[in-house]
Amino acid sequence: MNKQPGQYFGQPLQRLEDQPLVRGQGCFAADISFPYQLHMRVVRSDHAHGRILSIDTSAAAALPGVVAIWTADDVADIPPIDFREGSVEKLAPFRQHILAQGKVRYVGDPVAVVFATDAYLAEDAADLVRVDIEELVPLLSADDAPQEFSPGLLTEATICSQGYGDVEAAFKQAHAIVELDLSIGRHTGVPLETRGAIGRYDAARDVLELHGAAKVPHRNRESLAKMLSRSTTSLHLYEGHVGGGFGVRGEIYPEDVLVLVAALRFNRPVKWIEDRREHLMATNHSRQQHHRIRAAVDANGLLLGIENEVWHDQGAYIRTHGTRIADMTCGILPYPYKVPAYQADLHFRLTNKTPAATYRAPGRYEANFVRERLLDAIAIRLGLSRIEVRRRNLIRQEEMPYEAPLMALGEHIVLDSGDYEGLLDKSLASIKCVELEAEVAARKANGELVGLGLAMFVEKSGLGPTDGARINVDSSGTVEVVTGGASVGQGFETVMAQVCAETLGVAYTKIRVVHGRTDRIEYGIGAHASRATVMTANATREAALLVRKKALTVAAELLQTPEDQLDIANGIVFRPSQPQGPSISLGEIAQRLRPLSPNRGDHIPGLCAEGWFNTDHQVYPYGVFIALARIDPGTGAVIVERIQIAYEIGRAINPMLVKGQIMGGFAQGLGGALLEEFRYDDRGQPLCLTFADYLMPTLLDVPPVEILLCEDAPSPCNPLGIKGAGESGIAAAGAVIASAVEDALGLPGVIRSLPITPHMIKDILRKSSGTPVEMCP
Amino acid sequence: MKAASFQYYAPTSIADVVALMAEHSDAGIRILAGGQSLVPTMAYRLARPAHLIDINRIAGLDQITDHGEFLEIGALVRHEGFAANRLPARLGAILAHIANHIAHRPIRARGTFCGSLAHADPASEWCLVAATLEAELIAESARGVRTISSADYFRGIMSTALEDDEFLTSVRIRRPADDTLFGFFEYSRRHGDFALAASLVSFQLTAGLMQNVRLGLGGVEDYPRRLAEVESLLEGQSPSAAVFTRAGDLAAQHVNPSAADVDYRIELVKTVVERALQHANETT
Ligand SMILES: Cc1cc2nc3c(=O)[nH]c(=O)nc-3n(C[C@H](O)[C@H](O)[C@H](O)COP(=O)(O)OP(=O)(O)OC[C@H]3O[C@@H](n4cnc5c(N)ncnc54)[C@H](O)[C@@H]3O)c2cc1C
Repeated sequence: MNKQPGQYFGQPLQRLEDQPLVRGQGCFAADISFPYQLHMRVVRSDHAHGRILSIDTSAAAALPGVVAIWTADDVADIPPIDFREGSVEKLAPFRQHILAQGKVRYVGDPVAVVFATDAYLAEDAADLVRVDIEELVPLLSADDAPQEFSPGLLTEATICSQGYGDVEAAFKQAHAIVELDLSIGRHTGVPLETRGAIGRYDAARDVLELHGAAKVPHRNRESLAKMLSRSTTSLHLYEGHVGGGFGVRGEIYPEDVLVLVAALRFNRPVKWIEDRREHLMATNHSRQQHHRIRAAVDANGLLLGIENEVWHDQGAYIRTHGTRIADMTCGILPYPYKVPAYQADLHFRLTNKTPAATYRAPGRYEANFVRERLLDAIAIRLGLSRIEVRRRNLIRQEEMPYEAPLMALGEHIVLDSGDYEGLLDKSLASIKCVELEAEVAARKANGELVGLGLAMFVEKSGLGPTDGARINVDSSGTVEVVTGGASVGQGFETVMAQVCAETLGVAYTKIRVVHGRTDRIEYGIGAHASRATVMTANATREAALLVRKKALTVAAELLQTPEDQLDIANGIVFRPSQPQGPSISLGEIAQRLRPLSPNRGDHIPGLCAEGWFNTDHQVYPYGVFIALARIDPGTGAVIVERIQIAYEIGRAINPMLVKGQIMGGFAQGLGGALLEEFRYDDRGQPLCLTFADYLMPTLLDVPPVEILLCEDAPSPCNPLGIKGAGESGIAAAGAVIASAVEDALGLPGVIRSLPITPHMIKDILRKSSGTPVEMCP
Repeated sequence: MKAASFQYYAPTSIADVVALMAEHSDAGIRILAGGQSLVPTMAYRLARPAHLIDINRIAGLDQITDHGEFLEIGALVRHEGFAANRLPARLGAILAHIANHIAHRPIRARGTFCGSLAHADPASEWCLVAATLEAELIAESARGVRTISSADYFRGIMSTALEDDEFLTSVRIRRPADDTLFGFFEYSRRHGDFALAASLVSFQLTAGLMQNVRLGLGGVEDYPRRLAEVESLLEGQSPSAAVFTRAGDLAAQHVNPSAADVDYRIELVKTVVERALQHANETT
């Protein structure tokens, strides 16, 4: 595989999608309106847990402009929202109905919807809906004993287990056993644009449309068609501009279904735009998990076995992902280390809080925190350096591809390629670790609470098995790439254009990329799980190769030159050995390939092709985070002074965009490590329903991210060698900050949970005053 | 998050404002200044005023006037109006420094000094300034004009001596002696957030000893106030790290945090008091 950067490959090219965005010409969900539309407002439960006694809509219905108010009975024919990967009988009873039936299970649970001619009016009316609820005791922690969910069912929906090897024997022969109790707080992706859904029924064509779609339009079309008993061809999803997704946006929620049902029933467009308060209580939460983890190690610090028991706080219902995060947490936890025996058991438990699902690096942010805390603890226990204990346990380059007896996203983990130790060394050298350690030691000696953190991780990306793309060149020479991908702001269009430009031989600015539209292409994987560049870019390349072949064939006939002596650059087919000689543009070729063109010959009409890319396995990028953090003993504040992220990407199509992904991801990871947390009071009332209470880092709170982007281990799983990048910057952010903070405190084992708040730091300092403990570097 | 309906007025004189307030004070009336606190609470429907008086079209209220003995801050002076001010050197410098701790730039471009005092958030920097320095609030209503001393003004969390029909037209700050030193320190979890604790201190140095010490604390109790015990501890002392630490310790003993995280806030009090004193000392 060619590793050299091309004209477009590997270049930090400007984003094609920015022009409308920086000119205020973007079209986000709230920008979409249709004539005669109604506005929907959701009436949500004020109680965390309770029985609905009655709902009085009379005062609301009396307001002029209110068209209808629905409660559960009005939508009793609509089944609950199913799991994307298909029904799972055991989990089915825990799915969410689009309006609560009989019981409310979290503050924010939709109990009624108001449809009115104006958004303000809809909100006025919603205020007048009287919901009488008999309050029940809420279950607020996955650590507490399971309760009854419904007759005969407990809130422990299932236990997810994975493992291999003789764990018991490993612990028996252990030189030391290190055990930790760790937890990750409840936080989530909070995109700048809240959710929005506009349903529209076109009776003339019998097509139902959902606008404001994101992330997985094609997969959602299938699920929605099933729920509404429609053919998929009569249901279309349209993605406009998306102001951030991060996993939470673009899943099917009750509101998406409600606007569609209403559009059908009223034969009027129905618009719903989520407000921020709703967003913080209704959109998926994530991450909350408690781990009890034990490692058996030998005298050299080599891992013999790991036991990982987990309590996963799923919130009120099981949403579209089923137990995927739980499975991921269990499956990915050991890597990049070799663990001879392993057992994970995860209690998948429902609570009376907002339902949880995927958020950027789901399962990994959690698992990386837990595993890396464990490695730090082993280092301390055995008096090894934190670097050395990792080095000894890493899976070696010679062992690649490394078949792991565990599963992630429904497939066996096969670590495709990598030199983990190589990246560790590179990243230590790049940050000048020896000098840095000396500097930190000197500052410590001077009384400063400053410390270094280290965390390693393996990412996963590019879940297969298949994706396709279609490319058409029109007679002006403009190239259209039609994909079933989606753009949540990550630069999807630019990357697809770069791949097409390089493969086909056209300027990347001549390429228009279509995504997020079910009416333009039958299938698509959307944008999630860092898949788009691996899967859709490779599919784009396949299609571009076919178009290129066709263009060369036709040009060879016209220019009377053997095909293998022709090349394409800037949209012109020419003869490199005779650059001034005859040539023909792709536009002209397209013109000749029109169905009615007299010069078409026997060719199938159109300079176009469809390409498919297939892969057996996901790819596994990996990285090393190093952080320098300081603690202000007076306030308990943690200041991350430096952060370096080394990341093996296989091959970066656009390094600028990769770095952007890493920086943005880190900012979010820092939020989860230090600031962001959905807190509840003891009645299950959410305490973080504004941005004054749910604290996200701003530009002023995030240090510059030093990025070491490596292309040393291209993936053998795809011809471009790509490994994904979308979730890399966040993956080990919690892990590395915890490690640095603990080092700064000089108190081994004190950082056991995220987020690390100033309050917590002050408590630790107060309790420990006078007993600082030395930690090995 | 769409406000409930209200009647909107945009008068151009103080007289019109007070007339409207007299007319509608029973029905729920609010003044709209910078809107940076009021508009979000209306969007959350926590505030549902039936009448809203936008004062932004009244001329002449956007000035900070130096009357020599005191500074007068009009009802439309924005936070950013303190950023590049022509006020007496040290006082001007500390007010500009404090203004930069309020929220973020766009909010500072709209939010007003007087609006902050009317709103009376326990962590408001301007409330701390008013409580610590000698300030008088000028309240006007159809019933007349009255002057409220800052010592009598704050009543509780977001609760003040201002009546429903009163318009706070300006705030006067007595001009401290020119050799007065100021120090300020606050801690918030993110840049621009309301402080979890803040302290403002002023004193003069006479023969190396602190005189006329004023020390205020905000963000911790229901409203900002001066800490008399700490002021007397400091009065007549020569400034030193040890004295500042003692002042911090003493402050911590005399506060009653209203927030839930009492222990933490008490520790913060110690830190902010000590650091505000250090800050003042560094400006000598
Ligand atoms: C994200 C964010 C962060 C913030 N951070 C801080 C911070 O760190 N520190 C801080 O101090 N503030 C902060 N604020 C609040 C901001 O400073 C407000 O501007 C200020 O509290 C109120 O001033 P205003 O002019 O915007 O008043 P408005 O919002 O217009 O009014 C507030 C209240 O005061 C009343 N009112 C206003 N003016 C008068 C008057 N002249 N007479 C009588 N009543 C009046 C109104 O009726 C209303 O009840 C923040 C705000 C936001 C949105």
